[in-house]
Amino acid sequence: MAVPPASSPASGYSRLIRWIDYRLPFVSFLEHEFTDYPTPKNLNYWWNFGSLAGIILVIMIVTGVVLAMHYTPHSDLAFDSVERMMRDVNYGWLLRYIHMNGASMFFLIVYIHLFRGLYYGSYKYPRELLWILGVVILLLMIATAFMGYVLPWGQMSYWAATVITNLFSAIPVVGNKIVTLLWGGFTVGNPTLNRFFSLHYLLPFVIVAVVGLHLLALHQHGSNNPLGIDTRGPQDTMPFHPYHTIKDSFGLCVALLVLAFFVFYAPNFFASADNYIPANPMVTPNHIVPEWYLLPYYAILRSVTFDILGIPAKLLGVVLSLGSIILLFFVPWLDTSRVRSARFRPIYRLVSWLFPIDAIALGYVGSQPPEGWVVTLGQVATFYYYFHFLILMPLLGKIERPRPLPISIGTAVLEATGGLSTAGSAERH
Amino acid sequence: MRAPLPALLLSLAIAVGLGGAARALEEAPEPPHQQWPFEGVFGTYDTAASQRGFQVYKEVCSVCHAVKHLAFRNLEEIGYTEDQVKGIAAQYQVTDGPNDEGQMFQRPARPSDPIPGPFPNDQAARAANNGALPPDLSLITKAREGGPDYVYAILTGFKDPPAGFKVNEGMYYNQYFAGHQIKMPPPLTQTDQLKYADGTQATVPQMSHDVVSFLSWAAEPNLNERHRIGFKVILFLIIATGVFYAAKRKIWSRIH
Repeated sequence: MAVPPASSPASGYSRLIRWIDYRLPFVSFLEHEFTDYPTPKNLNYWWNFGSLAGIILVIMIVTGVVLAMHYTPHSDLAFDSVERMMRDVNYGWLLRYIHMNGASMFFLIVYIHLFRGLYYGSYKYPRELLWILGVVILLLMIATAFMGYVLPWGQMSYWAATVITNLFSAIPVVGNKIVTLLWGGFTVGNPTLNRFFSLHYLLPFVIVAVVGLHLLALHQHGSNNPLGIDTRGPQDTMPFHPYHTIKDSFGLCVALLVLAFFVFYAPNFFASADNYIPANPMVTPNHIVPEWYLLPYYAILRSVTFDILGIPAKLLGVVLSLGSIILLFFVPWLDTSRVRSARFRPIYRLVSWLFPIDAIALGYVGSQPPEGWVVTLGQVATFYYYFHFLILMPLLGKIERPRPLPISIGTAVLEATGGLSTAGSAERH
Repeated sequence: MRAPLPALLLSLAIAVGLGGAARALEEAPEPPHQQWPFEGVFGTYDTAASQRGFQVYKEVCSVCHAVKHLAFRNLEEIGYTEDQVKGIAAQYQVTDGPNDEGQMFQRPARPSDPIPGPFPNDQAARAANNGALPPDLSLITKAREGGPDYVYAILTGFKDPPAGFKVNEGMYYNQYFAGHQIKMPPPLTQTDQLKYADGTQATVPQMSHDVVSFLSWAAEPNLNERHRIGFKVILFLIIATGVFYAAKRKIWSRIH
């Protein structure tokens, strides 16, 4: 049995592991990517949300796969099959409530993760593709969540499906054909439910694949950090294990506490009461609202109340709504500043906090009936959303004077912890 | 950005607030909050109230409303014995079959059967109710904004209309119903409308409270178990959070 020399990556392991590792380098892959993987020393808790999102994705897939075993994707049976799951399947209620609230948790975590990226300029050279893959994940998540929301076939499921799929009819020439294709007929019905179920089961695995690419891109140059300057060697980094495994475990516990609170004590907090009424094509609910995490896009969609240059309002709303996410693809080039972290950019630092406030305002607008001042607020907030990316981001890079950057992460850490007395202990690792 | 935890809590609070704001607003007045024993972390259903509520459902509501997601066997969860459930089921006739001759036949219900509703289909229900469809009640406390408080408010909200308010024919004034006109006639109208098996005085608020207790259980039968498991899970997670935080501090002290 040919065993590689002791100096090979899996050298600390038994002969069997080394034999396998020489042919299938799984152990050395794990060692390289999850144990020794160097991370900047100065990462703060905002860097917890990436791994957290990954874990929630796994929770969603595991609960979802089991739920699918008990679910019937037929328009006559779907609602009752979900109720049967809640009542007669062992811990079916628990699985479903984890899945329902896990979706909210997933979006909350991903939105914080995205904001972290915007604040610390994590999308800048050489992490542009890493960022773009993240935006792809967000788009896939939105599609998956929307189709998942349709599956219980309650009133809000049915009408959300109707409203959202109808948006595609705004596309010139081929719009109506696309809608018919989405529906599998001439109205939202059983074929729609069937294809949504199929895609809702498929897309999470596509997300897993893109997450794999996202991680591949991440590990190429390593994490950005709160200072936004490059690591210059071992004195600036620490191994992923045990430092980040333990830090991420702590963060995971906190996140699970939040999730558990909703699952066990307010399981329908994010849900609409209307979705406990079976779908009825003859009765339209008073207010059709999407889940909270889609409200900002919904607000942008409804903010265009007039035609511009002959383009119908509906089409423009769809374009601006979808565009609000598509815009994120171009952020690495819209931001013209060479300084990554908002810490050293006094104006951008302020502006980057205005952005989530704007997004929350849009969320509020999306939750309200479109009447009176709410419409105006929605229009102002929509304008600001685009103004932020298309005007402020390119402009600030040119006119803002960033504060001087520290020479290295190591020196900045030393300054922060108070001088040379700690230098020795830092050097040891 | 130096104090991440307050910022995180803020983001969470905002997301939570949005979830609340996402609920549709109703035009009718907010139903007043009632005390329910199943609220709160340790809340559980009151089985005596649920059993009285089942009696109200059976003698009053079930004339028009079904509870199709409930089977007789489920009644054991609100404290009926197996024999009592068999007895209750045997009072109902259900259609079974086809038998060996290919015929459908009637037989007394068994505990495993769903509780039969008053009408064979929606059309029959509408025909018997002036065109109105009495909704299935098995999820009613989850399917209405305000939940149990709302259902209680509707049951006790029938009043004489205010001066100048015109109530259409076949409709009834209800102060908590959106638009104030409901097709359901007041179902609970007088004290001692029915005689409780446990001797409790059957006032209208008492009967309303009891039937809402029953319907809340019907809508969310696993609440007791959910609260019990949840407490343990959260306790475990609080301890685990503390342990991991201590471990994190210890391990990271090698660096700083």
